[in-house]
Amino acid sequence: MAIKVIIPTPLQKLAKNQADVQASGSSIKELIDDLEKKFPGLKERICDETGKVRRFINIYVNEEDIRFLKQDNTSLKDGDEVSIIPAIAGG
Amino acid sequence: MSYVLGLKCRECGRGYPKDPLYVCEYCFGPLEVVYDYERIKKKLTKEVIESRPKNLWRYKELLPLDGEQTCGLNSGFTPLVRARNLEKALGVKELYIKDDSVCHPTLSFKDRVVSVALSKAKEFGFNTVACASTGNLANSVAAQAAIAGLKRYIFIPADLEMGKVVGTLIYNPVLVAVEGNYDQVNRLCSEIATIYKWAFVNINIRPYYAEGSKTYGYEIAEQLGWKAPKHIIVPCAGGSLITKIYKGLKEFKALGLIDRLQTKIYAAQASGCSPIVTAIKENAEIIKPVKPNTIAKSLAIGNPADGVYALATVKETGGWGGDVSDDEIVEAIKLLAATEGIFTETAGGVTLGVAKKLIEQGRIPKDESIVVSITGNGLKTQEAVVEKIGKPIKIKPNIAHFEESVKI
Repeated sequence: MAIKVIIPTPLQKLAKNQADVQASGSSIKELIDDLEKKFPGLKERICDETGKVRRFINIYVNEEDIRFLKQDNTSLKDGDEVSIIPAIAGG
Repeated sequence: MSYVLGLKCRECGRGYPKDPLYVCEYCFGPLEVVYDYERIKKKLTKEVIESRPKNLWRYKELLPLDGEQTCGLNSGFTPLVRARNLEKALGVKELYIKDDSVCHPTLSFKDRVVSVALSKAKEFGFNTVACASTGNLANSVAAQAAIAGLKRYIFIPADLEMGKVVGTLIYNPVLVAVEGNYDQVNRLCSEIATIYKWAFVNINIRPYYAEGSKTYGYEIAEQLGWKAPKHIIVPCAGGSLITKIYKGLKEFKALGLIDRLQTKIYAAQASGCSPIVTAIKENAEIIKPVKPNTIAKSLAIGNPADGVYALATVKETGGWGGDVSDDEIVEAIKLLAATEGIFTETAGGVTLGVAKKLIEQGRIPKDESIVVSITGNGLKTQEAVVEKIGKPIKIKPNIAHFEESVKI
């Protein structure tokens, strides 16, 4: 199963300087574990000590914020696109 | 000469150099500018500030440039209006309007942040600037980048008011209207920012950009005679302005420019998009994102990046929050126009509407000084009121028809 993951600039160093990578998993949780296998160190940047997604990180599946879906239990399928994005200011 | 020591993560405290960085690589917390306040204290006195031109750069030691300012040379120092008619209408003793609906050059408080952001982007050597915007930021980036001779890419939600679209296009940027709400525009811009090395004012220039908002707070204190008011009501979208106004007042206190700081700060949002106010009312620790549905499009941010800091500001100061319906927004816009002659945009309607509500509820006492933050101009959001203000009386060009048609 291939899912395209868009990697934010601050994490690209850990992902061999790639702006997007391929990973797999049937949920966001599994996807993060798979990213950790491929790029050791990524998970502790995305999740806090308790394993929850850090509060200043937004994760989107096909353009939808996972907080409107099932948080990190949101399911994934082949061809989905996931974006990991730091919270940004606005107006 | 710079007074900036570097950047620091607001969450974990890690230090970073003063580069175009915006989040901590470790915990993703936002980065904040760190100043050498000891040196600033020796330089920046009331007399020094008062001797300078009336624009936001009179506080330049507290802004994050290394060299001299190059953008927004006439921005800021907007009127603080003693609102005597509005005082009567609301039954309060001392009320002021801090009126950024007349900020130069694009009539909103965003001229402050963009002045700082573009001056900083030029220092960094960028030749292209960009932003995601609900309208006011778009206007200001387009205009100020035109003055500075920078290439400009502006991203907005496709359903913005005509005044905000025209007020951007006139400066000839590349204007991209994205089918989606602001939060979606913002997400897209974050993705674009990972690919194109532009100065995105609200993304990689954010730590510097956001500092410009402090000047709104500095001016309130200076214009009150170097005093902080008892109450300030601030509109909230991303939650940055309210946080920075308070930071500005705390800096003034630390530098001895004001003696006391007992200001309570109140957050104002539209009922159709009130994630910050909901968290205040529910005493929540986190901000739950929402899908916005309000005429106050400039405040329609459902996923506020600085929401937790806005919440902390309100709690720390002992303030509160309020929200108003679309009808209440329009009523408040009309009230401000009818009493003080100020035509504000929908965000200003939100702020005054919430101020009125909090005064009526007794949350804000009637006998203490109150400042209402008016941050944008009504000519940009005419759609919100055009059906609710009557029509001109059409007559033929003669006295008889005039007297017949107009009741005097």
